[in-house]
Amino acid sequence: MKPYGYVRARSVEEATAAHAAHPGARYLAGGTNLVDLMKHGVETPGTLVDVSRLPLDTVEEPPGGGLRVGATVRNSDLAAHPLVRERYPVLSQALLAGASGQLRNIATTGGNLLQRTRCPYFQDTGTPCNKRAPGTGCAAREGVHRDHAVLGHSPHCVATHPSDMAVALAALDATVELRGPDGERTVPVTEFHRLPGDHPERDTVVRPGELITAVVLPPGTAGLPSAYRKARDRASYAFALASVAAVLDVAGDGTVRHVALAFGGLAHRPWRARLAETALLGAAPTEDALAHAVEAELGLAQPLRDNAFKVPLARNLAHRVLSELAADRP
Amino acid sequence: MSTAHPPQDRAGTPDAGDGHPDGAAPTRSRVTFRVNGEPADLTVDHRATLLDVLREDLGLTGAKKGCDHGQCGACTVLVDGRRANSCLLLAVAQDGAEVITIEGLAAGDELHPLQQAFLDRDAFQCGYCTSGQLCSAVGMFAEAAAGHPSHVTDPARPAGRGPVELTPAEIRERLSGNLCRCGAYPHIVAAVEDVTR
Ligand SMILES: Cc1cc2nc3c(=O)[nH]c(=O)nc-3n(C[C@H](O)[C@H](O)[C@H](O)COP(=O)(O)OP(=O)(O)OC[C@H]3O[C@@H](n4cnc5c(N)ncnc54)[C@H](O)[C@@H]3O)c2cc1C
Ligand code: SF4
Ligand code: FES
Ligand code: FES
Repeated sequence: MKPYGYVRARSVEEATAAHAAHPGARYLAGGTNLVDLMKHGVETPGTLVDVSRLPLDTVEEPPGGGLRVGATVRNSDLAAHPLVRERYPVLSQALLAGASGQLRNIATTGGNLLQRTRCPYFQDTGTPCNKRAPGTGCAAREGVHRDHAVLGHSPHCVATHPSDMAVALAALDATVELRGPDGERTVPVTEFHRLPGDHPERDTVVRPGELITAVVLPPGTAGLPSAYRKARDRASYAFALASVAAVLDVAGDGTVRHVALAFGGLAHRPWRARLAETALLGAAPTEDALAHAVEAELGLAQPLRDNAFKVPLARNLAHRVLSELAADRP
Repeated sequence: MSTAHPPQDRAGTPDAGDGHPDGAAPTRSRVTFRVNGEPADLTVDHRATLLDVLREDLGLTGAKKGCDHGQCGACTVLVDGRRANSCLLLAVAQDGAEVITIEGLAAGDELHPLQQAFLDRDAFQCGYCTSGQLCSAVGMFAEAAAGHPSHVTDPARPAGRGPVELTPAEIRERLSGNLCRCGAYPHIVAAVEDVTR
């Protein structure tokens, strides 16, 4: 590993200024992904700007409702927060389905959103990878790709986004607050991560030097029935093969008033199942209706040689979660 | 909420003597933290992990390097009372931290009750994962006592209202970040259960 500088930022302004002042700067939060990638030689920062102690470590209730989660709130604290547990259960469940107790104690909200793919070729500097080294090719396409994408991939990259938290945030219509050299802006989580297209090296729409300051959970999805389910190769401490975050609100007349369905482990970003949602909105959530809606979405899937199993896996997960939420209503 | 870390004025003070000869940014800094109650004041390479500093600079070889990538838990220590993988923590970022390693669990000659339970239950074979298992379980006790849920906790249970009962299913889930290549899991769970009863 090549030597690098280190700056500890005390304020958001100091962090963005330090990033701008140091070539090759990277923000360091918990470091559970960045330090790992530095050891692999994938990340070679000139300077680390430590943002882990910025005063962004609180969960607040804005006057208009919802929750504002600071970027440095640790994954374990967010999962255990009583208001998250009560009003946004899908988020707590998704966080607790990820990584391990000790990793969640270190990992932050901002870092979790920006974690990189777990594609083994991305982590191995000895192999071609368009995401790590644009233009070198994609070793996974013809190589080992059992864990890779079935939706929205491109000839240039078939990687998935590994975050569980981001899938729940996408289903909850959360937004990300960013502060950069050109000021502040807000991006919906559903538009935060990109599909690979011609530029798989760009995971997200974050611009150079931008700092995530917070994630905002909207009042609109607070308190709605929601759940997360994840399928993986072992019972715990493994990334998703496929996962589902669902929010389902059924009105008194038995029709769907609000529905959001997002898949994890299937694409380069959390995959909001808009076709399925459209099919269900205003309909009665019967077993048939649920099955057809999920089927419509997964009809878009284009599995690779070795990952076709993900399609029925995701279908069954989604059907089960939606049908449990539909049955659960008072 | 998470413990706020007060900004440290001394934090990350570059060690002027160790900069690049060409005037580029320093690549080493002075840090001060406490390990098992003793102050440690040293100049570290920014690349050094807490695990490396504990083992190589401070001679505390109890925390083990299994994978060095956050995948096994052998390096687990307590930082400000919370369990963490020391192989992914940069030492320079730990200024002001209170670190407890396996060497700090016992009270003098008196073993921590969990250490005794591991002996009584024969909860290890080669022992390589053991210090990580112990530190992780001690961190887990505090989390469960504070009412923190896990993946297997009933989602309807309100968080933070009283301790979560550590059933075998809860123990297995909460300790899943600690692998044991010898497969001593059943005895580990039994030892942890002994202490919770
Ligand atoms: C063994 C292992 C298993 C795991 N299993 C899972 C799993 O099952 N599910 C899952 O979802 N995750 C899993 N993870 C990933 C883990 O959740 C992430 O590593 C973690 O959330 C990253 O957060 P961090 O604060 O440590 O980020 P860091 O490593 O500090 O940063 C990650 C990236 O984000 C950038 N960054 C950080 N904060 C900000 C900010 N505020 N603004 C702008 N940029 C920022 C950094 O520059 C870096 O590029 C696992 C990790 C490991 C090591
Ligand atoms: S799938 Fe994407 S990350 Fe993996 S090798 Fe191909 S280009 Fe790289
Ligand atoms: S050595 Fe740290 S988790 Fe394996
Ligand atoms: S006792 Fe050998 S690895 Fe656990």
